[in-house]
Amino acid sequence: MKFFRSHVLVSVDPKSLERGAHEVIDALNDELYSQGLIDEVQVLETSRIGDPLRYGPDMMVYPEGVHYTNLSIDDVPFLVQEHFLKGRIVEKFLEKEEKVQDEELGTPTPKELRIVLRNCGKIDPNNIEDYISEEGYLALGKILADYTPEEVVQVILDSGLRGRGGAGFPTGKKWQFARVSQTKTKYVICNADEGDPGAFMNRRILESDPHSVVEGMIIAGYAIGASMGYIYCRAEYPLAVKTMNIAIQQARELGLLGKNILGSSFSFDLEVRMGAGAFVCGEETALMASIEGSRGEPRPRPPFPAVKGLWGQPSNINNVETYATVPIIVLKGAKWYASIGTEKSKGTKTFALAGDVVNTGLIEVPFGTTLREIVYDVGGGIKDGKQLKAVQTGGPMGGCIPTEYIDTPVDYETLSELGSIMGSGGIIIMDEDTCMVDIARFFMEFTQDESCGKCVPCRIGTRRILEILTRICDGNGRDGDIETLEFLSQQIKADSLCGLGQGAPNPVETTLKYFRDEYVAHIYDKKCPAKVCKGLITFSILDGPCTGCTVCARNCPVNAISGERRQTHAIDPDICIRCGICAQVCNFNAISIN
Amino acid sequence: MAVSITGQGFIDPTQEPMQKEIIDDILARNATLPGGLMVILNELQNEIGYVSATMQQYVATKLRIPISKVHGVVSFYSFFTTTPRGRHILKFCMGTACYVGGAPQLIEKARQVLGIDPGETTPDGAVTIELCRCDGACSQAPGSDCRR
Repeated sequence: MKFFRSHVLVSVDPKSLERGAHEVIDALNDELYSQGLIDEVQVLETSRIGDPLRYGPDMMVYPEGVHYTNLSIDDVPFLVQEHFLKGRIVEKFLEKEEKVQDEELGTPTPKELRIVLRNCGKIDPNNIEDYISEEGYLALGKILADYTPEEVVQVILDSGLRGRGGAGFPTGKKWQFARVSQTKTKYVICNADEGDPGAFMNRRILESDPHSVVEGMIIAGYAIGASMGYIYCRAEYPLAVKTMNIAIQQARELGLLGKNILGSSFSFDLEVRMGAGAFVCGEETALMASIEGSRGEPRPRPPFPAVKGLWGQPSNINNVETYATVPIIVLKGAKWYASIGTEKSKGTKTFALAGDVVNTGLIEVPFGTTLREIVYDVGGGIKDGKQLKAVQTGGPMGGCIPTEYIDTPVDYETLSELGSIMGSGGIIIMDEDTCMVDIARFFMEFTQDESCGKCVPCRIGTRRILEILTRICDGNGRDGDIETLEFLSQQIKADSLCGLGQGAPNPVETTLKYFRDEYVAHIYDKKCPAKVCKGLITFSILDGPCTGCTVCARNCPVNAISGERRQTHAIDPDICIRCGICAQVCNFNAISIN
Repeated sequence: MAVSITGQGFIDPTQEPMQKEIIDDILARNATLPGGLMVILNELQNEIGYVSATMQQYVATKLRIPISKVHGVVSFYSFFTTTPRGRHILKFCMGTACYVGGAPQLIEKARQVLGIDPGETTPDGAVTIELCRCDGACSQAPGSDCRR
């Protein structure tokens, strides 16, 4: 038997063969021969090494146990000389440690276009140099050198960028209003109070690409003539606050924040302020009250913040995503940005996809992408092969869109036509097991609790709606309830002070419009079609499948289940609290819900 | 959040030298900051764990603002609590994705295991169950957050 000092195993699975595994082996043997190593190194074929879907032929070298990947025949001579002749491991081809799968940001699907999220997951958020290497702060340098503030405003106007906080007001116009206010002190504010349940795009941008927000805010400061900016971040995002503070510190150290930025006459600084768990502070006037250290209560507009904002001074307030988009618009030009999206809604929008969909997480698609594409092409369809029932957009001020409208292209206008809103961009997919009345009640519970209490329609109106919805879900719905709900919704919408109240009835109105039959079933037939509402369902044990294993009886928190071992058990409906634990623990699907 | 201004039944942080030092430090650093009240209360809540009625009075006196202003802010925001909570806080996210994804069942289970309702603390002071608004971890729903 012949002995070799080294053995090389090359993968020859179908994918590697497709990428030239045999050619690599031939080249290896040729090179080893010409270097006079053919008697010392043996090349062998083996099955799959590593992940052949991503890389070219893989190679293991023993006795070192080195894993090389992504090889082509052109690399072979260099590799042989370095590794086998000189005994040096070639770092370039080393198999890198598998990247940990990002639970929020998967690989982009073909329907996606990542502009705002371009750096997320790719750069180190705590290292400003990583951002700079991705053309970071280049836009800032460009405007400070070549643009007047008016020209910056014009670029943003031309790009067609609209506020990503939900209302979709043209950002350029907002900047223009703040620009023309003639005062010495002005403020730039970033709304990072992303309170909508189901939305986490802003959190991810703040945590993964904080400098894009910092740069966007400096540019805004230059455009409107402000020298101070605040980032108002909600207390639920401690990591985002930490990351932003590090980013601001690093930008200061490099002279990108502070006095005479990049040698210009422009000075600007930033500070992070934390909220304390009040949803209404996402409303701009409430947010400013909160920065001022007061109760976060909205005030009537006008005067708009651009005229009278923080501490009575003209202020420009935009959402995180809006600011994060600004640098790339400046770099690539307004024309480029305006070429993406629909006629009235330009560019891309990030959405947080959650609920009963296969791929939950962050996505970014151009405006005009249909809901169907978002749910099925990007989201991968409904979990467990179930049927789609509704798409909820816009958070608690949004609405539920039924499957009939799934081919609607998403932009600011189409969503409001359907009675919903763009909101900050949470999309929750609901399958057939969701009760729409219960969902309306859930959202109303949220808005009722988060209503600041300043204006009567919102404070009392939402309370009355919640009482009626709770009554309906408990099985005590009355004739006339639907009409009362409709009346109250109109009143609250018309008379509330801020967006919270004006949007609060949206979930009720849309579910009433598209899922009225469910309300009817709850009120008149005393049935919950989705079998969710506790007051309208009963649990019973089926005679056939029940094996009398006693597992349900042992797990029942109120001892409502009785029965002998190996005999069919029974649930006492008077004791049962309908918690559903028996159905979860039963191994034989013997619990029936009616 | 209902608060009784008098009688709390525990040692007050403003009477306890070590905690008083922390409070004074927070006040000294932020007293002149524009809009500093929110910053001060946030830091107090983080460092001390709550903002009691006497602490509110202390802050008001130091900042020379009416106590009604301090109490108004404390009672407005859900993050500020006026009484100590358990050593561990078990927070269940009640965001939409978590709600649809089974948060109510998780809470029901926690209630059974710990024998307390959300908002309450176990008699030994170990655990408080709280419900919170969306934590922004919707793609991993249902979520909960355990602290300390």
